[in-house]
Formats: sequence, structure tokens, C-alpha cells
Amino acid sequence: MRHHLILRVITKLLVGTIILFAFYVQFHGDYSPGGGFQAGVIMAVAFILYGIVFGLEKVQQVFPPWVVHKMLALGVLIYAATGIYSLFIGYGYLDYSALSPEHPEHGQHWGILAVEFGVGVTVTGVMIAIYYAFANRPPRISDEEW
Amino acid sequence: MLVVTALSVVRVTSLFATAMFSGVFSLLSALLFVGLDAVDVAFTEAAVGAGISTVLVLGTLALTSRHEKPSTSSPVIPLFVVFVTGGALVYGTMDMPNIGSADAPAQTHVSPDYMERTPHEIGIPNVVTAILASYRGYDTLGETAVVFTAGIGVLLLISGLGRRRKEEEEDDGESGAG
Repeated sequence: MRHHLILRVITKLLVGTIILFAFYVQFHGDYSPGGGFQAGVIMAVAFILYGIVFGLEKVQQVFPPWVVHKMLALGVLIYAATGIYSLFIGYGYLDYSALSPEHPEHGQHWGILAVEFGVGVTVTGVMIAIYYAFANRPPRISDEEW
Repeated sequence: MLVVTALSVVRVTSLFATAMFSGVFSLLSALLFVGLDAVDVAFTEAAVGAGISTVLVLGTLALTSRHEKPSTSSPVIPLFVVFVTGGALVYGTMDMPNIGSADAPAQTHVSPDYMERTPHEIGIPNVVTAILASYRGYDTLGETAVVFTAGIGVLLLISGLGRRRKEEEEDDGESGAG
């Protein structure tokens, strides 16, 4: 896609903004609509857009498939580990007050941030992995047919 | 507008246009959710339904053909099923309370409890996030596991197939050269 100049310039401008917005949705989920699921999808969209415009090889240089595959499991592990941590401190599973025993509200904040981060990592990973899986297969219709 | 878009999804035979119309449909339903004050749901619908799904449908489209096959069976029975189901759903809405009514079950069952407890137990303004990540932490862990499993499933199905095809091609190449 060397010839789509406008697409390439706009994409370069947009990708950073989209990633920034994804982080905002991710870590501001306590105060405004949004959270891990939405942020993960938005984050994935940034990379998918990059992949569509610049080609699969370019985006896989930035985000190699093995990293994506690790991310799938890592997110679930972050989530589960938050719960196991609170078990070890002596609270119930996923009782975030454990993260800051003298100030349970802060503990809840940290806990929610941690699990939302886990959700975000998994969702980003899954979305990008599915996109890679689809885009990796040789297309059966040529570009001219579009 | 939702109805018009849905009809266009059914009528248009070019699959590319169908994919675009389903994206439009998702965006319109996101607007509907905003109208119902469900901002979190609307956000998800706009990001997942209109964004990712459209891209994935287009990705699938690149692997298959561009036009729908003409249908061979008669449309009478599917149409009958659709009308009966639709009729039952409309009949069901007769019993539902009006939008925004204060004594609706949604307003009286558990939500007052959550609304009351969140500010001093969790201390964050977005009650949806509080319920999702804290009160219903197990459920969300389960959901994350579901997303994870779905991703693994798609990877196994699709990338495995791609690799096998590539291997077959390599085999063919080798035998051709030999």
C-alpha cells in the first residue's frame, strides 16, 4: 500500500492518540465510563489500524506475535494473582481491602485498577491475536476486486 | 433508522456493504444505549460492535467471496419464525414498566443497595466499575477467562490451519522440484 499517502499520514497521527485514549479509558474507568474491556479493544484498534495501513509485517515488528500470545495469559494471571495476594494477606479471594489494610477504600482503588489492567491486557491480546490469525492467511480475492 | 439499517443489511447482496451496514447498526444501537443512560454499555457497543466486529468481518470477507449466494430455500418458514418471536417479544414489553419509572424492578431490587454502599465502601464515582470489578469480581474474572479461552480457540482453529496449508504448499514445491 505504498500509494495511499493520505491514509499513511493520518494513521501515523491517529495511532498515538488512540493509544493515549485507550490508557485514559483504562485508568480513568473509576471516574468515567469505561474500563478494561473497552480500553483493551481501543488499544487493539490502534495496532489493527496500523496493520491495515502499513501491512502485517510492519505491525508484527512493533508487536511480535509471541508477545501477543503471552499477553493473553498474562492478563488472566494478573487478575487471578490479585485475588491470590489478598488470600495470602488473610482476606477473602479478590477482597481488595487487603491491598491497603489500614485504609480499605484505597485498597479497593488499587484492586480495581489491578484487575482492570489484567482485563485490558487480555482483551488487547485476544483482539490483536485474532486479527493476526485472520490477516496471516493468504487472501483469496485480490486487491483490485474491492 | 435502526429498522431501515437492519432491512438494508438483509436486502444488500454485496457482503462488503452488509459489513458496513452492520457497523452502522451497532453505532445506532450505541446511541440508543446512550439515550437509556447506559453509557458503559454504549461505549462497549461502539468499540466492539462497530469497531472490532466490522474489521473482523472484513478480514473474514477477504478470505471468502464478495457476494452472497442466492438463497435456494423458501423464505416462508424463517419469516413465520421471525414474526412469531417478534410478536412474543412485543407482547412481553407490554408488562414492562415505563422508561425511568421509579418503581421498576431494576430501580428497587439491588441497585439502591449498591448506590448506597459504593461511596463509602469503594469510594469511586463510577458505580458500574465498582460493581463490575469489586462486588462482582468473580464474574469478571470468569469473563476474562472466557475472553482468553475464545482467543485461544480462534488461534488454534485459524493459525493451525494456515500453517498446515503452508506446509502442504512447501511439500508440493519440494515434490515439484524433485
